[in-house]
Amino acid sequence: MYVYDEYDQKILDDRVAQYRDQTERFLVGKLSEEQFLPLRLQNGLYVQRLAPMLRVAVPYGLMNSTQLRKIAQLSRDYDKGYVHISTRQNIQFNWPLLAEVPDILAELATVGMHAIQTSGNCIRNTTTDQYAGVATDELEDPRPWCEIIRQWSTLHPEFAFLPRKFKIAVCGTDEDRAAIRAHDIGVELVKNEAGETRLKILVGGGLGRTPVIGVAVCDFLEPKHLLTYLEAILRVYNLHGRRDNKYKARIKILVKAMGIDDFRAAVEAEWAHLKDGPSTLTAEEIARSKSFFTDPDYKEFDAATAQADLDEQCSRDLIFANWVKRNTVGHRVPGYRIVNISLKATGYAPGDITDQQLELMAELADEYAFGELRSTHQQNLVLADVDISRLYSLWQSLQSAGLASPNIGYLTDVICCPGGDYCSLANAKSLPVAEAIQARFDDLDYIYDLGPLDLNISGCMNACGHHHIGHIGILGVDKKGQEFYQVSLGGSQAKDASIGKILGPSFKQEDMVAVMEKILNTFVELRQDEEPFLDTYRRVGIDPFKERVYAKAD
Amino acid sequence: MPRLIKDGVIVEDDSPEVLDLEQWLACSDRTQRAVVLEPGETLAPLIEHLDEIPLVMINFPIFMDGRGFSYARELRERGYRGEIRAVGHFIRDQLTYLARCGVNAFEFDDESELENALDSLGDFSEYYQASADQPQPLFRRRA
Repeated sequence: MYVYDEYDQKILDDRVAQYRDQTERFLVGKLSEEQFLPLRLQNGLYVQRLAPMLRVAVPYGLMNSTQLRKIAQLSRDYDKGYVHISTRQNIQFNWPLLAEVPDILAELATVGMHAIQTSGNCIRNTTTDQYAGVATDELEDPRPWCEIIRQWSTLHPEFAFLPRKFKIAVCGTDEDRAAIRAHDIGVELVKNEAGETRLKILVGGGLGRTPVIGVAVCDFLEPKHLLTYLEAILRVYNLHGRRDNKYKARIKILVKAMGIDDFRAAVEAEWAHLKDGPSTLTAEEIARSKSFFTDPDYKEFDAATAQADLDEQCSRDLIFANWVKRNTVGHRVPGYRIVNISLKATGYAPGDITDQQLELMAELADEYAFGELRSTHQQNLVLADVDISRLYSLWQSLQSAGLASPNIGYLTDVICCPGGDYCSLANAKSLPVAEAIQARFDDLDYIYDLGPLDLNISGCMNACGHHHIGHIGILGVDKKGQEFYQVSLGGSQAKDASIGKILGPSFKQEDMVAVMEKILNTFVELRQDEEPFLDTYRRVGIDPFKERVYAKAD
Repeated sequence: MPRLIKDGVIVEDDSPEVLDLEQWLACSDRTQRAVVLEPGETLAPLIEHLDEIPLVMINFPIFMDGRGFSYARELRERGYRGEIRAVGHFIRDQLTYLARCGVNAFEFDDESELENALDSLGDFSEYYQASADQPQPLFRRRA
């Protein structure tokens, strides 16, 4: 993974000192609440319902074991001993003290971590595929490009006060695991006819109040132009994005208002002045970035024998076999597998992890995965490089720590924001709904039979739980001071991305389990063979679901 | 005489009369008049007159409106070498960003802020991106 040099460290240390000074000035009354607000937000600090929330950046979801141990220690020293993995692959502390945040940041900086631009109207943490570099279907590793974008976007002088937040995602595979079509800018690594790497740039995707699927603004950008082209897009947005209404301030609204052709023309006009300027990437810089994402020291061994041993272990221990089947994924190197660690055990808030679990994960990363770990936008963790002859002992360790729930990609792998229990923006609680559904559908055979199913829950319109792109989406709404839940069906975050369609009038919290039962029963009745939920929905449409869910009892 | 920060030091304000964009474009002795840009205006009509402008003021009616950052940067990219002055309700925590976009003068409503603001200009000693004061991005300078 990327390793900070003296320049990166200097920038980070300067930022910590600057933020410490800003906090001190706020605490003595020299900075007003209104002035401090965007400054603390640009440093990931929200003031929440019960306490501030500090969001720490995990650039494109990649961490090493030293960083994990630091997070565990900070969660003990400054918080209540657990943290939350967000849907932007970041890590959130729930209960830090505002006055202590500069100390937390100073400690994070010692391991190359920070909270820069994890909130606020600026360019946020760039996200990518959690299987980057090891996926079997990858055209090219997106991480070097993510790192180039990370550096360019960090403390960018021109784009710190945009009309609204700005999110970029990169993917390099056929199956889009980074939801790039739901981002302000999506970058897809593609090949041109000559087989050279090119960048397809999508713009104007986003969730929130007005969900939109991004559209292509450039089909085959030469990679060296990445930063100047991004600058041109951001400048058009900074100058012309709406600032009079925060619900109409995202770039998707500007792109819709201008139309993609006029928007593209405006970008090209700006780009004409920036293209081939000093920000044009050099071959050396691209090579330097790639040099941090080379193969670890994979061992050479007889993969066939190891596979035979694994098969044998699986036949002896069916619980292990099931975990291998559900939570591990094929790796591009024979003899290795990608291991998903589910943070969706029933009874725990989705995406939460304790200090002890973090320390165990650091140990396991060192022991089994070259010291690295990834966070996912599905709020789980990944050990990317595990040799299959050691899967069994890894599983035993995970099992003993409650980290082996075999539900990756299934109904109970719920994606869920912290909701009204924590967040001051939320209209409704999301965690109790997730828990009630997980508790009701605890029969593993049943959820496997349902097949792959994305259930996404957001406590408000801001859509941190990405409810629009869940196969089943649940949105908390406020109806005259009462918490209600709106259900949508048919969303997808994959390459065939779609926005879910609202089923009908919203429901009370206590009815949500029964509503889920009706939706799932309808699906089971209508599905053909092993058809996944999304395919059935796309075949039969929303009406059969609507009829069943809203049918009056006889 | 009011004071401001210019090129990193506190100086007395000796600026010429200030006109808005429309007035400035219509004015006969443009080289003797400053022009003030408001958010939402377009730079385009100024581009052909860059050599004639002694001073461009960029107004920040509220500090959260970041359009002025792009104005400054575009002016420098198109070759404007005169003074660019931030006026209005920007805050000292934005100074390094503004300076890097090409703003070289800062006029505060509250002059008692000036000394402290000078400190803020030194908040950072290294940057990743190309900027008005450092046209080479870090990746072209890394040893």
